[in-house]
Amino acid sequence: MTAMFGSELMLRALCAALVIGVCAPTLGTYLVQRRMSMIGDGIGHVALTGVGVGLILDQSPVLAAVVVAALCAVGVELVRERGRTPGDLALAVLFYGGIAGGVLLVGAAGRSSGGNLLSYLFGSLGTVTDTDLAVIGGLGAAVLSAMLLLRPALFAVCHDEEFARVCGLPVRALNMLLAVTTAVTVTIAMRAVGLLLVSALMVVPVATAQQVTRGFRGTQLAAMAVGGLAAFLGVAISWQADTAPGATIVMVAIAAFVVVALAAGLRRTLVRRSGPTDRWLPWRT
Amino acid sequence: MPVSGPAVVEVAHLTVAFGERAVLRGVDARVGSGEVVAVMGANGSGKSTLVRAVLGLIPADAGQVRLFDTPLRRFRQWHRLGYVPQRLGAGSGVPATVAEVVAAGLLARRGLLRPYGRGRQAAVAGALAAVGLADRADDPVATLSGGQQQRTLIARALAGGPELLVLDEPTAGVDAASQEAFAAAVGGFVDGGGTVLVVLHEAGPLRRLLTRALVVADGRVVHDGAVPQDAVGYDHVHPHGPPNGTELGR
Repeated sequence: MTAMFGSELMLRALCAALVIGVCAPTLGTYLVQRRMSMIGDGIGHVALTGVGVGLILDQSPVLAAVVVAALCAVGVELVRERGRTPGDLALAVLFYGGIAGGVLLVGAAGRSSGGNLLSYLFGSLGTVTDTDLAVIGGLGAAVLSAMLLLRPALFAVCHDEEFARVCGLPVRALNMLLAVTTAVTVTIAMRAVGLLLVSALMVVPVATAQQVTRGFRGTQLAAMAVGGLAAFLGVAISWQADTAPGATIVMVAIAAFVVVALAAGLRRTLVRRSGPTDRWLPWRT
Repeated sequence: MPVSGPAVVEVAHLTVAFGERAVLRGVDARVGSGEVVAVMGANGSGKSTLVRAVLGLIPADAGQVRLFDTPLRRFRQWHRLGYVPQRLGAGSGVPATVAEVVAAGLLARRGLLRPYGRGRQAAVAGALAAVGLADRADDPVATLSGGQQQRTLIARALAGGPELLVLDEPTAGVDAASQEAFAAAVGGFVDGGGTVLVVLHEAGPLRRLLTRALVVADGRVVHDGAVPQDAVGYDHVHPHGPPNGTELGR
C-alpha cells in the first residue's frame, strides 16, 4: 500500500477518483430523488459523440464532450418539462444515436482509435496527466459548490416542482443547472470509470446511503462518503490486484450497497421482533 | 353577497383550455381579505384548474388573474402566498425528514441563497406545532400517515408566514380524525387574519370555517354565496339528509 502512494501516477489517479467519487453522488442524490437515475447513463452515451467530434476537429475531446453532453442534457430537460409521452422514445433515439455516432466519429478520427474508444467507454485512470487533474479538480469543485450551496432550492424543485414554482423559485434555471451539472459530471467521470459506468457512481452510493438515513441532507452527505470510500478502495484494490480501476470502483460501490442493504434488512427484522422501539437508532439525526 | 376586505384574488373572464377542450369558460371570481372561500364542484368540473390557473401553474388562454392587486404576470411577492397541493409530490426517491419538507416553505421569503438564515429552525418548529406534528420533525415523511403528510404540507405552506393559503382538495382520502386536526390548523391560520381559497369536494370539517362557496360546473361558476349543505346536485347524492333547497343555480 505504501508503494502505491510513492507512485506519482497512482497519486494522480487516486486524486481524480476521489474527486469524482465524491462529486457524482452529490449530484446523483437529486437525480434519484426525482426518479431520473438513468439520465447520467443516457448523457454518457451522448458524450461519446462529443469525444468523437473533438477528435475529428483535433480539439480537446473532454471539452467537446462537455459541450455536446450539456446541449443534450438541456434538450432532455426541455422534453421533460413539456411532459410529453413520446419524450421517452425521443430519449432512446437520442441516446443510442449518441453512442453510435460516437463510435463512428472516433473510428473516423483514426489513430489507434480502438484503444482510444475503450479508454473513454471504461475509463483510463492510469493516463491522467497533471492538466487533466487540474481540469477534474476545477470542474469538481464547481459541481460540488453548486450542488451543496443550492441544496434547499434544488431539494424543493426535485421534491415538489409545482410548490417550488409557487414559491417563486427560478425553477427552469435550477432544472437547467441540474442538467448542465449532469453533463459536466459525466464528462469528468469519463476519465475515472468510463462513460458506460458513470451512472453507477451517481446512483449506487445514494442507494446505499438511503438504506440507513432518514433525511435528504443525511442521505447526500452519506452518499458522498460512500462514493469517496468506494473510489479510494477501488483504486487501491486495482493497484494491488492489477484490475481495471473503473470497474473495480463500481464493484466496490455495489458490494457496499449489498452489505449495507442486507444489514439494514436484518436490523429491521430484529427491531420488528423486539417490538416497536426504534428510538435508539444510532444514525437518528 | 357580502364583500369583505380588499381583494386578495381577482379573476376576470378566465378561460383555460387543454388542447381543444375548454376546461374553464369565462370565470369571474373574487376573494377578499379575511374570507375563507371554498371552490366546490364535481370531478372534472374545473375547480382544481381554476385554482391552479390562479397560481400560474396552468397558463390562461384568456382573461386576467390578479393576486394582491397585481397582475399575475408581474406578481413577485410569493411569500404572501402559501400553497398546499393535493398530496406530496411523486419526487421522493430519496428520504426526507418532516422538517426538511417544511423548511422548503421558507424559500419564498428568504430567497435562493440565504435559506439557512437565523430563525429557520424556529419557523419550522412553529409551523409544525401549529399542525400538531412538533414531535415528528426528524421522522422521514414517508413514515407518516396520509393525514399527517397532509398536515406536513400545510405546515410547509405556513412556515413562510403567508397571508393567503391556497389548498387543493386537502382532505381527499384522509381519515376523519386527521381531517379534524387539519381543520384546526386552518382555523388557527384564519383566526390570525389569514385568507383561504380551498378546493373541496365536500365541505366536511372545514364547513364551520367557510364564509362563502363558489360552485363550478362545466367550467363556469354556477353558484356564488352560501355553502351548499352537501355535495348534492352535481355528481352524487348522499343517503343522509335531503338537500335543503340550497340554490345551485342550475
